[in-house]
Amino acid sequence: MAVVETRGLTKVFKQGELGAVNNVNLLTQEGEFLVFLGPSGSGKTTLLRMIAGLETPTAGEILIGGQDVTHLSPRERRIAMVFQSYALYPHLSVYNNIAFPLKAQKVPKEQHRQKVEWAAGLLGIGKLLHRKPRELSGGERQRVALARAIVREPTVFLLDEPLSNLDAKLRASAREELEEFHDRIKTTTIYVTHDQVEAMALGDRVVVLHQGVVRQIGTPREVYDEPADTFVATFLGSPPMNLLEADGVIVGFRPERFFPAGLLAPGGSPAETKLASQGGTRVPLRFHVEHSEYLGAERILYGILEGTRFRDKPVCARISSNILEIYAPKTTYDFAVPEPELKFFDAQTGKRIPPRPFSWQ
Amino acid sequence: MTSSPAVAQRPHGRRSTPESRAWWLGQAMFFPAMIYVLAVIGLPFALAVIYAFSDIKVGSVGYHFVGFQNFSSILRSATFLRALYDSFVFTIGSQVLVLVGSTFLALALEKKFRGRGVVRFLMLLPWVAPVSIGAIGWKWILDSLYSVINWVLVRIPILHLDKFNPPQWLGEPALAMASVILVHTWRLLPFSTVILLAGLGAIPKDIPEAAEIDGAGFWRKMFQINIPMLLPILNVALLFGIVFTFTDMTVVYILTRGGPYDTTQVIPSLAFFTGVLGGDLSEGAAISLFMVPILVVVAFLMLRQAHRTEVT
Repeated sequence: MAVVETRGLTKVFKQGELGAVNNVNLLTQEGEFLVFLGPSGSGKTTLLRMIAGLETPTAGEILIGGQDVTHLSPRERRIAMVFQSYALYPHLSVYNNIAFPLKAQKVPKEQHRQKVEWAAGLLGIGKLLHRKPRELSGGERQRVALARAIVREPTVFLLDEPLSNLDAKLRASAREELEEFHDRIKTTTIYVTHDQVEAMALGDRVVVLHQGVVRQIGTPREVYDEPADTFVATFLGSPPMNLLEADGVIVGFRPERFFPAGLLAPGGSPAETKLASQGGTRVPLRFHVEHSEYLGAERILYGILEGTRFRDKPVCARISSNILEIYAPKTTYDFAVPEPELKFFDAQTGKRIPPRPFSWQ
Repeated sequence: MTSSPAVAQRPHGRRSTPESRAWWLGQAMFFPAMIYVLAVIGLPFALAVIYAFSDIKVGSVGYHFVGFQNFSSILRSATFLRALYDSFVFTIGSQVLVLVGSTFLALALEKKFRGRGVVRFLMLLPWVAPVSIGAIGWKWILDSLYSVINWVLVRIPILHLDKFNPPQWLGEPALAMASVILVHTWRLLPFSTVILLAGLGAIPKDIPEAAEIDGAGFWRKMFQINIPMLLPILNVALLFGIVFTFTDMTVVYILTRGGPYDTTQVIPSLAFFTGVLGGDLSEGAAISLFMVPILVVVAFLMLRQAHRTEVT
């Protein structure tokens, strides 16, 4: 096992253009599950491919387990990677797919069977060993790819959107299995995804990337609750954080923290008491609902603000299904945000700034 | 009779419905292709079969059926047996070289490098240039007096070649066969390379990458991943190559005319020399019919391969 470190890692594909990855400094922890999260084109896959040795960095260094591997070939880095497409060898059986890294790394032949069976057993694909990849379902292929990756006990595990080819239901169970799997093998893992739910669910820490730049590194709770800038604030969360700009300051609050005013009265349900006990005041806002989406466990209300200086600014609210009140379209309601839930950003740089007095009128 | 709309059927009833007109139009569109195939392939083939069982010569009158007489006389002829043997040597020899050569060329030309477009274009030239021009060029290159190859070879001291008696590329049986094979290989290489390049393009990039990460070196990646994944398309290239080679007589005709002493004579050239230049139509036809069973097997394999080809 090993930690991965990048120092000033940069990749420029076309000279004179903005780099795909710009000056990325990262340090994983031992056995950590680190997730690279970003929209497409954010450089997350390029970053991963540089760590794997499939792309040569334009500048910077990569260290694995303290050793500088920047100029080593992929095979010398002792890493394993699972590709988005799984990249199984179509002409080889599952057994030979899993045994391929053992052969390539000249592991003594008599150990092959036992190691392949161990890896296959770990992933529950022991019965598929004689099949060809084309005879497997998506979920089974993913497991074969994982088995092929763990069979030689790599120091670092790289996963490039391994769940994106699975259907929604399978994805949820595969995510859970992956989590369990990481708990068992405890190998340092870097996982690339554009799916924030995957990132939050799997990551010990999440690296949020945008245009080749690291915007924030933190635990899922940190990146969600304490976003470092407006990009992180809007990229995470669905629907994204409401942002309102005035006086060179952007003030933001999450849709699920935009409450019907009545709920914030002291002495209500446990959630409410907690909010009340946070002590702060609240910001009352008039919310004109324009339309709503019913999502089963919750409702999303889209509308505009009335009154205050933010008249007609679009905002949305996320209302848990525990709240049974009806919010009809084309009607105005009293809503409010608890003051501690407000996040402040600099309007110029988009960076987070400490809370400050703010005039709503 | 049940009629399904998906299957084209001749509609019943009056002629003038739009449906029936469409049916007739469909038949009519099909017609030129049918005529073409019948006139250019079907008719000569039928004639060859008819001739092969007769004693017809250029200028002879009437048709005398002689049964298998032509075939049995051919099978006793040493020239024919030699041509049959040479045909196999020619086909197998050139196909082995083409396969190995085009695999390496395709793998090399798939990599990105400066000037790749120019190299790809140059590589295609032997295929796009008229055969006769290429082969005549080679005839000079291999000439007994003016050969540039010999001009170079006699000037390499360690070879100790006799300046006044250099290798006769087209004059010695083994060298002549080697020359014919090499020139034909030169001609077919581009075709095969282009097929393989297309096949290589269809292999997902991440599979060789996965092999690299799994620890495979250059040779293992080549022989255990790239070439096995290319096999279906290599098969296609090989089968086409066999057909193009086994039925081809241009290179032999231009370079050696089957000589020296019929040692480079192949079945198509022998059939041509016997039937057309020698005027013995019936024997020429019988000789060319010997190619049919071999080509039928190849054609069968080709069709089967076409159905099964899947890269991933």
